Amino acid sequence: MSVICKSLPVSFRLPIIVVQHMSARYENYLTVILQKQTKLKVKEVDEKEVVRKGIIYIAPPNYHLLLEGDKTFSLSVDEHVCFSRPSVDVLFETAASVYRDKLIGIILTGANKDGAEGLRSIKESGGLTIVQNPKTADVANMPTAAIERAHPDYILNIDEIGPLLSKINSY
Amino acid sequence: MKGFPTKQENEQIEVQLLLEAIYQKHGYDFRNYSRAHIMRRLSHRLKVSGFKTYLEMIEAVLYNPSYFDHLLADLSINVTEMFRDPGFYKLLREKVVPVLRTYPYLKIWHAGCASGEEVYSMAILLKEEGLFDRTQIYATDFNQNVLQRAKDGIYASKFMKEYERNYEDAGGGKSLNDYFTTKYDSSIVDQSLKKNIVFSDHNLVLDGVFGEMNLIMCRNVLIYFDKQLQNRVVKLFLDSLSNGGTLCLGSKESLKFTHYANFFETFDEKQRIYRKNYQA
Repeated sequence: MSVICKSLPVSFRLPIIVVQHMSARYENYLTVILQKQTKLKVKEVDEKEVVRKGIIYIAPPNYHLLLEGDKTFSLSVDEHVCFSRPSVDVLFETAASVYRDKLIGIILTGANKDGAEGLRSIKESGGLTIVQNPKTADVANMPTAAIERAHPDYILNIDEIGPLLSKINSY
Repeated sequence: MKGFPTKQENEQIEVQLLLEAIYQKHGYDFRNYSRAHIMRRLSHRLKVSGFKTYLEMIEAVLYNPSYFDHLLADLSINVTEMFRDPGFYKLLREKVVPVLRTYPYLKIWHAGCASGEEVYSMAILLKEEGLFDRTQIYATDFNQNVLQRAKDGIYASKFMKEYERNYEDAGGGKSLNDYFTTKYDSSIVDQSLKKNIVFSDHNLVLDGVFGEMNLIMCRNVLIYFDKQLQNRVVKLFLDSLSNGGTLCLGSKESLKFTHYANFFETFDEKQRIYRKNYQA
């Protein structure tokens, strides 16, 4: 994530929503780390907040993050999905039904299969799908599962993802 | 003239009709719940039921008397634990209890108490702080089945280890097990903790003011409601609190986007504890 954030220009307008599996005990950790990498605003999601351009949103620990039809965020404390809460699947599936083909889904390094189904939903709804190359990822499980399930449009090394996003942003 | 609706548009219409059918037939109002949340629950039940469309679900809701029980269970799951978010209970103990101590008699309302874990957590905390005997706790939920589980106070022993950790992190000085009797797979709450608790049926969406409370706990319930319903419920809480009364929300919930933020002062931002401003 740090690598991608560092490479994005200050003019990057597309909102980015990030789900990272981490313990609830490490409050703010990711937000602080990422904010150091970029001049774009990095913030943890507030319940019912409207999705705005040019902001990198971080899912709060121990809640599922969902997207509503009116482009606001919802939180939930439902059961873990793929042993995870927040779950990538939950975010991707709700985002796919709201944004349809105006959505880019990206799966990076990770230890379980969370996100594979969600990425498939994004692809089926017409969105663009990108997975980090399992050969160069720290942990290959998540990218591998995603590739198998979703047949993404791009499989890229981590340092290639940011530039692709910047290119898309400039259209 | 509008183009022919897409599959997704049709589905949204069907879901709207389904929620209307549930309300009219069974009296439960999910029409203003977070739609994304409802859709996740409904699409799961759709698959499990083997239905292809929500039209079939409407039929089942209207004509199959036992079908709605499954749906109701799906739509009102609330995952909870003892001393959930220990930091909250720790702050409650350290900062709110001193305020509560100034009252000779206390009324506390757990709104949306689900299976009761947080109610018994509060009871234990009050007992340890010497406030239990002067407190009447009201624990309410709209789901009768889950309310019965709360009344029973029987929980799976496999969770007790995690609950014990939560209890310690929340500033508990004894052992959580002191308050339970464990038999095989089940841990049962001590009868003594149930003494000052009244469990009752109350629906936050439909029902009215619940009496003058010193403290209202409603944690991780509002997140399931849309903005309009959140406003309704916050107003309900405002009217149910005595002056200076305390409202406790879930760790990511806030009064910020509601119409009633100005009627409260923020007692603790991080733990989402608010106090009702004094009104003439």
